[in-house]
Amino acid sequence: MSLIASDTIGLDHGSGGRISHELTARLILPVFRNPVLETLHDGATLALGNERIAFSTDTYVVDPIVFPGGSIGDLAVNGTVNDLAMCGAVPKWLSVGLILEEGFPMADLERILSDMARAAITAGVTIVTGDTKVVPKGAADRIFINTAGIGSIPEHVHISPDRAKVGDRILLSGTIADHGVCVLANRQGMGFDVPIESDTAALNGLVQAMLDIDPDIHVLRDPTRGGLGTTLNEIAAQAAVGIRIEEEAIPIRPAVVGICELLGYDPLYLANEGKLVAVVSAASAERVLERMRNHPLGRQAACIGEVVEGHPGRVVLTTRIGGRRIVDMLSGEQLPRIC
Amino acid sequence: MPIAHTEEYRDARLVAPLVERIRMRSRKPIRIMEVCGTHTVSIFRSGIRSLLPETITLLSGPGCPVCVTAQRDIDACIALASLPNVILTTFGDLMRVPGSHASLRQKKAEGRDIRIVYSSMDALDLAEATPKQSIIFIGIGFETTAPTVAAALATAKSRSIDNFFVYSVHKTVPQALETLVEDPATRIDGFLLPGHVSVITGLHAYRPFVSSRRIPCVVAGFEPVDILSAIAMLVDQIESGRAELENAYPRAVTETGNPKAKALMESVFEPVDAVWRGLGTIPQSGLGVRQAFRRNDASVVFHPDPGNVQEPPSCACGDILKGIKSPLECRLYGTACTPIHPVGPCMVSSEGTCAAYYRYHPGA
Repeated sequence: MSLIASDTIGLDHGSGGRISHELTARLILPVFRNPVLETLHDGATLALGNERIAFSTDTYVVDPIVFPGGSIGDLAVNGTVNDLAMCGAVPKWLSVGLILEEGFPMADLERILSDMARAAITAGVTIVTGDTKVVPKGAADRIFINTAGIGSIPEHVHISPDRAKVGDRILLSGTIADHGVCVLANRQGMGFDVPIESDTAALNGLVQAMLDIDPDIHVLRDPTRGGLGTTLNEIAAQAAVGIRIEEEAIPIRPAVVGICELLGYDPLYLANEGKLVAVVSAASAERVLERMRNHPLGRQAACIGEVVEGHPGRVVLTTRIGGRRIVDMLSGEQLPRIC
Repeated sequence: MPIAHTEEYRDARLVAPLVERIRMRSRKPIRIMEVCGTHTVSIFRSGIRSLLPETITLLSGPGCPVCVTAQRDIDACIALASLPNVILTTFGDLMRVPGSHASLRQKKAEGRDIRIVYSSMDALDLAEATPKQSIIFIGIGFETTAPTVAAALATAKSRSIDNFFVYSVHKTVPQALETLVEDPATRIDGFLLPGHVSVITGLHAYRPFVSSRRIPCVVAGFEPVDILSAIAMLVDQIESGRAELENAYPRAVTETGNPKAKALMESVFEPVDAVWRGLGTIPQSGLGVRQAFRRNDASVVFHPDPGNVQEPPSCACGDILKGIKSPLECRLYGTACTPIHPVGPCMVSSEGTCAAYYRYHPGA
C-alpha cells in the first residue's frame, strides 16, 4: 500500500506524526539518500576538518502570525536554534528566507523582524544571510519564514536519537502542550479567552547547563509538531528500546487540560516550542534534573519515566489511576499550521 | 475550567477501593457494553481495562455517531459536497470516513468547499456571512448534539436565513439498545449507559427498555471514578440477580432530563426509521426534520443521490459496533486498515472502537 494512496498532498502529510514520517521515509529519503540524512535527527551532524558542526533548517507557517507569548518571528529563530541545540551544538549563525504575500502590511513585517532580532540576541545567534520573495495575493497566506542554522558541537558531546539505553531516565523540561493550546485558542473564530501563552523559547542555554553537569547526555529532542507522544515514539523506534512513562509525572497546566477536554485534543500530541526531552543515564539523572530546575526554562522539569527492555519500539503509559496503555505516534492531523 | 471539579473523579485513592470491590464481587464471566464513544475513549485512555478482573469483558457498542452512520448516508454527504455553489460544513470526524468511492477529505483536496466547524451555529454564521452560497451542515450525533442543531434550524427559520440547510442523520440511543439485545449473538449482560445523552433524555427514557428486557443498566459519567463506580454497580446487580436502572452520574443526570432541550428537539425533529451501520434499520431511531422546517432540510431541497453504494469489503465494523467481534478479530485490523489508511469508519473517528484499540491497546 502506498502512502501516496491519495495522489495529492493532504494536510496530514505536514502533521509531524506518522503520515509525515511515511512521506519522509518513502518519498523524500529515497530520493536524497545519504548516511547523514538517514539519521533523521533534528539537524545534520557534519565534520569540517577536525570540527563537528550541526546544520538544520525549518520553515514556519503558523496561523495566527502573532499570538500570546510570541510571533512567527520568535518561532522562526527559536525553532532552528532548538534543532541545533538538540544535536548538542552551540548555535552560531542563522539564515532567514521570507515569503511575503502581496499586500502584507509593512508594520506587521517590521514587528516580526524585530521579534526575530530580539530572539536572536537572546539566543546568542547572528542572522548572517537571507532572502526575500513576494508572491501575488492569494499565492501564500501573509508570511512564511524559513530559517537555517549552523552550530558547533563540543568535542565530548555525542547526542543521537539511537543512544537511548535500557535503564536511562526520561527527563522533560516543563509543562506540555502550551504552544498548541495557545495557537488553537487564538485561531480566528474560536471565540474564547484562554490564559495560556506560547512557550516559544531558545533552549540552547538550558542544554548548555545540562551538558555542564553531564556531557554524555544520550538523547535530546524538542517535542514540537506531533507533541511529546510522537517524540517518545521516535526515540523508542530509533533506539529499538521500550519507553515507560508515568502520566502523573508529566507537568501540564490545569487550563491546558481543560481546553483539551473541551475540544477533544490529547495534550500528548500538541506542539511545544520551548520544551525538551532528555534521555540521560540513571547515574546522572538526579543531578541533571536539579540543574534543569535551577534554570529559568526548566523550573517545572520532571523525570517522567525510563527506558526499558520490554516492548521495544513502544511507549507504555501508566495512567493516573494505575492502569496501563500504549502511547502511539500521532496518526493523522491534529492541528495544521501550528508552527 | 472544570478541572478542579473533575480532579476528584480521577483520584487514584478513590480508584483503588472501587477496583478492589469489583474484584471481590465479580464471580461469573460477564459482558458489559458501553454505548457511548466518549466512554470508549475514556476507558482506553485511563487504562481501566488493565485494572479489571478477567471475569469482566468490556464491549464497545454503537456509541460513535460517525461509525453508526450508514454507508448510504456517507455517500449522500459526499454527493452534497459535490453540488455546485455549496459549502459543506461538518464535524472533523466525518472528513476521512471512506464512502463507497471517495471521502470528504478527497473531495476537499479536489477543490470542493468543505469546512470543519465546531458547532452548527458556526455553520449558521457562515450562511449569514455568505448569502449567495448554500451552506449545508451535516447533522450527525445523538441526543447530545441534536438540540444545538435544532436551535440552529429554529434560528434560521425565525431569521429567514434561507441558504442554511441541515442534512440530518441524527440518531437516538434507547431504540438501539432494543436492537442490540434482540440479537442473540451479542450476549450482553449489562449496559453502561451514556452520561451526556442521559443529561438530555433523563433516566425515564430507558425505563421501558429496562423493565421489558430485564437487563441491568447504569448511567455513567466520564471520569475513571464515574466509570468504575458504574461497573461496580453493574457487577453488584448481575451477581445478585437484579436488573434495574441505576444512576452513577447523579451530579448531572436527573429522572426527566433537560426539558428545554427536549422541547426544542421535538419542535424541530420527528422520529423516523433510520439505518444504522451494523444494526440495520431501527424503527423510530432517527431524527428527521419536521415539515415546518423543510425549507432548511437538505434532504428535501437537494435530494442527494448516494449513487452505487458499496460497503467496504471484509470490513468487520458492523459486528464490532454490536460487540460481536473485537477489532483484534477483524482480519483487516492493523494491516490493511489503520488510522492512516482506514477501511471502515471505526478506524477513522476519534471515538471509533478500532481507532481506540489501535491507539491505546497493547495488542493481542
